[in-house]
Amino acid sequence: MEYMPEFSVVRPATVAEAVAMRAADPEARFVAGGTDLVPNIRRGIVAPAKVIDLNGLEEIRKIESVDGGLRIGAAVTLAELIEDGRLRADYTGIVEAAGAVAATSHRQVGTVGGNLCLDTRCLFYNQSEWWRRSNDYCLKSRGDVCHVAPKGDHCFAAFSGDLAPALMVLGAAAEIASPSGGRIIPLTGMYQDDGLAYLLLGADEMLVAVRVPAPADGFKTGYAKSRVRGAIDFPLAGVAVGLRRDADAVVDLSVALTGTNSMPLMIEGTDALTGAPPDDAMLARLDGLVRDRIQPMSSTFSPPGYRRRVVAKLTRSLIRRLYREG
Amino acid sequence: MAKSILSLVLNGRRRDDAVADNMLLIDYLREVAGLTGTKMGCDGGECGACTVLVDDRPRLSCISLAYTVAGRRVETIEGARRGGRISRLQRAFHEKLGSQCGYCTPGMIMASEGLLRRNPTPSDDEIRQGLSGNICRCTGYVKIIESVLSAADGSVP
Repeated sequence: MEYMPEFSVVRPATVAEAVAMRAADPEARFVAGGTDLVPNIRRGIVAPAKVIDLNGLEEIRKIESVDGGLRIGAAVTLAELIEDGRLRADYTGIVEAAGAVAATSHRQVGTVGGNLCLDTRCLFYNQSEWWRRSNDYCLKSRGDVCHVAPKGDHCFAAFSGDLAPALMVLGAAAEIASPSGGRIIPLTGMYQDDGLAYLLLGADEMLVAVRVPAPADGFKTGYAKSRVRGAIDFPLAGVAVGLRRDADAVVDLSVALTGTNSMPLMIEGTDALTGAPPDDAMLARLDGLVRDRIQPMSSTFSPPGYRRRVVAKLTRSLIRRLYREG
Repeated sequence: MAKSILSLVLNGRRRDDAVADNMLLIDYLREVAGLTGTKMGCDGGECGACTVLVDDRPRLSCISLAYTVAGRRVETIEGARRGGRISRLQRAFHEKLGSQCGYCTPGMIMASEGLLRRNPTPSDDEIRQGLSGNICRCTGYVKIIESVLSAADGSVP
């Protein structure tokens, strides 16, 4: 990698200070664990002059029980998430997704907010400076052409966070702060399918927490992920499922995906599949709903066709597992 | 370049050093503190060779900024010795041939040390999980897992 470029670090003590600093300098980058940002700085794909360190914001470093559900601060680490008794008891899918992020050493510092805002990734983007220079860079960074789809002007870098789909199937909301106050929106509303501008957050806005309602009695959640390496690897595809079983039927079903598009996707229309067991007929209809939404591109070493097949397999086996457990 | 004073406890000793905001923890350890036992491998947080312990937890020093360990306890492979003798884990890696070329070994031992502090009697599977972020290109891992198991069960003197 390249030598560490110069930048300065500012350390706000409160969320209000942090968003004011960002408002004053929209090019500054937030950092907490740094497991995403630091390698990207070292590869020269981002070059902030100023970094806003969020580790001093105690107000967003805790998990609180609120209205029967949970409010998870954005600076809570993935290790803290995995070890929390409330999550282990009732939010299995979140724990499984957090446990699938990288390896133990990353999870000690990597945060909920960092994983939800993780930069989109691509074979042509997450490379060294000399690699990208010899390839005339790419649309996402300093170049004019997307090497994944050279005829278009759209970036197809893939959203690769594991937590987002696990939170989405539980109906999580994003709590966003800004100098003018803040807003709470469904987590699904924080993203758009554009590898360049995947986050729908203003320059002066910051994700401060996610609110997760308590799951209904019997609503089981899980997460499954395909990756090249068993650890320290981003998803070729990841699937979160929330499911409630009553007798021999699935009565509630939510499915969300990551790694296939430039945003995490909530699969719509799954309500119409309930009332039946997860047999081949039901799963084939679900395959259809998934197939229509996903758009894996040649942004990883594994070809798009493989990732399409993997999504279907992961979804089917996860639904069957949760149904058996339910 | 903005600097700040980094105060930490490094291998049991309090230190204060002026470090630049952009200094990586591995560069601080190797170049400022002179502790070259911590190795740079992939240089991007993917191989685990640079693993050190921060407050007993494993941390990748090649993707950590030095200032983030202010006020913490940092341990490197140089701090593993106890009373002039190499640690039980180090003896186990030696006895069980858990080290070949040795480049990944400091990271393997620090990750194993972190694991044994959290879980003194890990199963084979828990060791595989605990070391899943560390790559070894020589041993094939079997001997490494045997080493950690034998350190944990006390079969190494």
